[in-house]
Amino acid sequence: MANGENVKKSSSGSWKNLIRNQCFIPIAALLLLAVFNLIADPSFFKITLGYNSAGDPVLSGFIINIINNGSELAILAIGMTLVTAASGGQDISVGAAIAIAGSVILRVLCGGNARPETLQAPIIVAFLVACVVAMLFGAFNGVLVAYFKIQPMIATLILYTAGRSIAAWINNNELPVISDPKFAYFGGFIPGIPIPTPCFIAIACMIVIGIVLKVTNLRLYTQAVGINQSSSKLNGLNPELIKVMAFVILGLCVAVAGLIKVSRVSSINYSVIAKDIEMDAILAVALGGNALSGGKFSMAASIIGAFVIQFLTTTLYKFGVPATALPAYKAVVVILLVIVSAPTVREYFDTMMKKMKLKKEVA
Amino acid sequence: MEDNIVLKMRNIHKIFPGVRALQGVDFTLRKGEIHALMGENGAGKSTLIKVLTGVYGKEDGEIFLDGTEGPVAIHSPQDAQNMGISTVYQEITLCPNLTVAENMFIGRTKGTVQNWKKMNADTDRILQSLEVPAKAAQQLGTCSLAVQQMIAIARAVDMECKVLILDEPTSSLDEQEVEKLFKLMRDLRAKGVGIIFVTHFLEQVYEVCDRITVMRDGKLVGEYEIENLPRVQLVSKMLGKEVDDLSDIKSEVKTFDAGKDAVPVLEAEGLVSNAGIKPFDFHINKGEVNGFTGLLGSGRSECVRAIFGADRVTGGKVKMKGKDVKIAKPLDAMKNGIAYLPEDRKVDGIVGDLSVRDNIILAQQVLKGFFKPFSKAEANKVADEYIKLLNIKTASKDTPIKSLSGGNQQKVILARWLFTHPEYLILDEPTRGIDVGTKVDIQKLVLKLASEGMSVTFISSELDEMLRTCSRLIVMRDRKAVGELTGDDLNQGTVMNTIAGGDK
Repeated sequence: MANGENVKKSSSGSWKNLIRNQCFIPIAALLLLAVFNLIADPSFFKITLGYNSAGDPVLSGFIINIINNGSELAILAIGMTLVTAASGGQDISVGAAIAIAGSVILRVLCGGNARPETLQAPIIVAFLVACVVAMLFGAFNGVLVAYFKIQPMIATLILYTAGRSIAAWINNNELPVISDPKFAYFGGFIPGIPIPTPCFIAIACMIVIGIVLKVTNLRLYTQAVGINQSSSKLNGLNPELIKVMAFVILGLCVAVAGLIKVSRVSSINYSVIAKDIEMDAILAVALGGNALSGGKFSMAASIIGAFVIQFLTTTLYKFGVPATALPAYKAVVVILLVIVSAPTVREYFDTMMKKMKLKKEVA
Repeated sequence: MEDNIVLKMRNIHKIFPGVRALQGVDFTLRKGEIHALMGENGAGKSTLIKVLTGVYGKEDGEIFLDGTEGPVAIHSPQDAQNMGISTVYQEITLCPNLTVAENMFIGRTKGTVQNWKKMNADTDRILQSLEVPAKAAQQLGTCSLAVQQMIAIARAVDMECKVLILDEPTSSLDEQEVEKLFKLMRDLRAKGVGIIFVTHFLEQVYEVCDRITVMRDGKLVGEYEIENLPRVQLVSKMLGKEVDDLSDIKSEVKTFDAGKDAVPVLEAEGLVSNAGIKPFDFHINKGEVNGFTGLLGSGRSECVRAIFGADRVTGGKVKMKGKDVKIAKPLDAMKNGIAYLPEDRKVDGIVGDLSVRDNIILAQQVLKGFFKPFSKAEANKVADEYIKLLNIKTASKDTPIKSLSGGNQQKVILARWLFTHPEYLILDEPTRGIDVGTKVDIQKLVLKLASEGMSVTFISSELDEMLRTCSRLIVMRDRKAVGELTGDDLNQGTVMNTIAGGDK
C-alpha cells in the first residue's frame, strides 16, 4: 500500500487533475472555438454599445448573442442533467413542452382575446400558471418513466408528438400578440440595462440550482438512484419519487425557458418555437461528459456544454453557413466533441498517460 | 518447456492507480491437474486471472503456453480463447433466453449459414460425453444454476481449451450441485485439461484439487502439493500470520439469557410478504445474536427482507420494544433502528460509481433528510473513522466503491449501517465470497456489537460460522420456519437433521 501512495503522489498532480475534471473538455472546446474565431476574424469579439428603437442603451456583438441566445439552452441543460442522472434516459418533449408553457403564458395574459389592448393578468401570474402546467406535464412524463417503467424516450415521445397541438389548442389555434412593451423585457432588454435580460435569468437559474445542490441531497439521491436503484431503495430512498422529481424540475426549467422564448417575439408560432431544442439540451449533457445512461453528473459541465453548442451555432452563422446546411456542419463538430468527451475515451487517455508516466519512472 | 506443463506465467507485474496489484507473480499449471488459486480478497487472484485472459494488460512479465515457442501476447479475451484459455465466471455469462445449443455455439460459428440440425446433434453429443443432464433444444433458463454452470464449462471444453479457469463457480450452488460439478472437473482432469480453480471454500479445495498456489498482497507466497499443506497452514499462509483466531472464536460460549421480564427489541407475529414465504413468528432480545439457517432457497433471506420491509409485507404484526410499529418500506425500518446488509452485495448493496465516502454516509444521510446534507468535512471525518475502524483497504475515500475488492466493499456496506447506529442489525450472508481474514473480522465484530447491546440476526450458508456466532437458530425448510434451536441443540448434527426434516 505504501508503494501505491507513492505512485499516486509522484504525478504532476494539478495538471492531471485539470484534465480529469469533467469540465475540461467543454471548456477546451469553448477556448478552441474562441481561438478559431480570433484567428479567422477578430471582430467576432467586438462588443458595441448602441441604442435600440426606444432609445435605451443595448450591447450588441456575437459574444453577446451567444450568451443571450444560449440562455434557454443552459436553463434546459440543468433539468436535462438531472433527468438523465436519475432515469438513465432523456426527455425529448422539452421543445413541445416549451410551446405549451409559452402558450399558457399568452393565454393568461390575453384572456382569450388574441389582440388585447392591455394585459389581462399580471405577468408573474401568467408565469406561475405556466410553471404549474409545465411541472404537471413533467410529472406526467416522470410517472410514466418511474411507475410504469416506460423507457424515458418512449414515454416522452407522447408529449413530443402531442405537445404542439395542445399548445395550439390552448389558444384556440390563434396567434396572440402582446403589445405591452413590459412583456418584451424578459426576452429583450430592461430599459437602462444594456445587458440582455435572458442572461440574468439564466444566471439566476444557475445560482438557484447551485444553492439547491449545496443545501439539499439532490445530487446524492439522484446519483444513487441512477447508479443502483435496488440498492437505493434498501437505503430508504424512494427511487420512483426521485425520478418524478427530476422530471418536475425539468418542467420548471421548461416554464422559464418558455417565458424567455415567447417574450423574445411577444407572440408564438406553435410549430417553430423551441424546435429541436431537446436535442441540443441532450447534446449539452453529453458534451459535459455526463454518461447518458445515468449516474454521476457534473452540472457545471452540462451548462458549459450548452454554451459550446450556442457558440458553435453562432460561429457557423457568422461564416455564412446557410440555415438549411447548419445542422450538417454542426453534426460534424458535435461528433468530434462527443467522442472526445465520452467516458470510455477519457478512460483510455487516462491509462495512456499512466503508462507514459510508468515508463518514465522505470527509465 | 517441460513436457507436462501447459501454462507458465513468470514475473507478472500489474499496477493500478495507487496499488501495485501484482508484483512479480509466477504461476505454473500442468496438464491434467486441478490447481487451486488461493488468497484473501485483494491478494491479486482476480487480477492474475484477468491478465491471463487478456482483460487487463500487464506492465511486465511473460506468459508461456504449451505448443508455442517463446512468450505469447494476449491482448483480449478473444486472443485467450483462441489460444485455448477458457474462463467460466462466478456469474453465468450465457444467455438464458437462448437454447442450450445456441449458447454452446454462440459467437464461434463460421460462415453465414447455420446448420441447426448439426448444431443440436453436436451439442447433445458433447453434453452426453460430459454427462451434463441437459438437452440441446432446451432453453438455458430452464436449467438449474449448476447445469448452466456445467454448460458454460462444456462450451469451454468444446473450444478445445488447454487451460480452463473456474472463477468461484460453486458460490451459488448447493451441495449436490457442487458434487456434480466436481465430477465433471475430475473427468476433464482425466482428459488432460489443466484447471485453475478459484474459490473461497477450503473444504472444496481439499476435496478436488491437486496443487495450491497461494497469493498475498499481490505477491506469490508459494506453490504446494495438496498433501503437504494442511488446512491450518494454508490459512496461515493466506493471512500471512500464525492464526489461532478461528479456534479462538469457536471456544466462546454461546448461551444467551435475556432475563425474565425482558421485552424483545423486535417481535413479529405471523409476518408474511409477497416473496412466497409462509407466515412466521420471530423475536430478538437486546444483545442477542440469532440466525436463520436452511438450504438455499429455503426462505432465509425472504424472512429478514420481510422484517426490513424490503419486500411488500402482506400480513402480520410487528412490535418494537413492546410497541406496535408499521414497517411497510425500508425507511420505516431504518427509522425504527433496524439496519439490513443485503445478500447480494453487487445488486442491492453498493452504489458502484459513488465514492467510498458517499457509500458510507448514504443510509444515515437518508435518515437525516433531504434538506440536511452532511457537510464535506463531516462526511470525510465519518469516512476516515470507519475506514480505520473496519480496516477498509482503499486508495482513498474518494475511490469509487466498485474498484474495491469484494471483502472491502462488504466492509463499506457494513460501515454504512453501523453509522446509522442501529439497535437491530440484520446481516444476510455478510461473508459470502469474501476472504477468510475478513470473515473472521466480521464474526468477531458481530459478537462485539452484541456484547455492547446490539441485537444481530446473522445469516450464512456456512453452518460453522452460524454455530460460532449465534445463540439461537431458526431453521427454515421450504419457505417455512420449521424449528428453533438453542443451547445444546446448537451442533452440526441437530441442525442438519432439522434442516433435512429429520424425525429420524
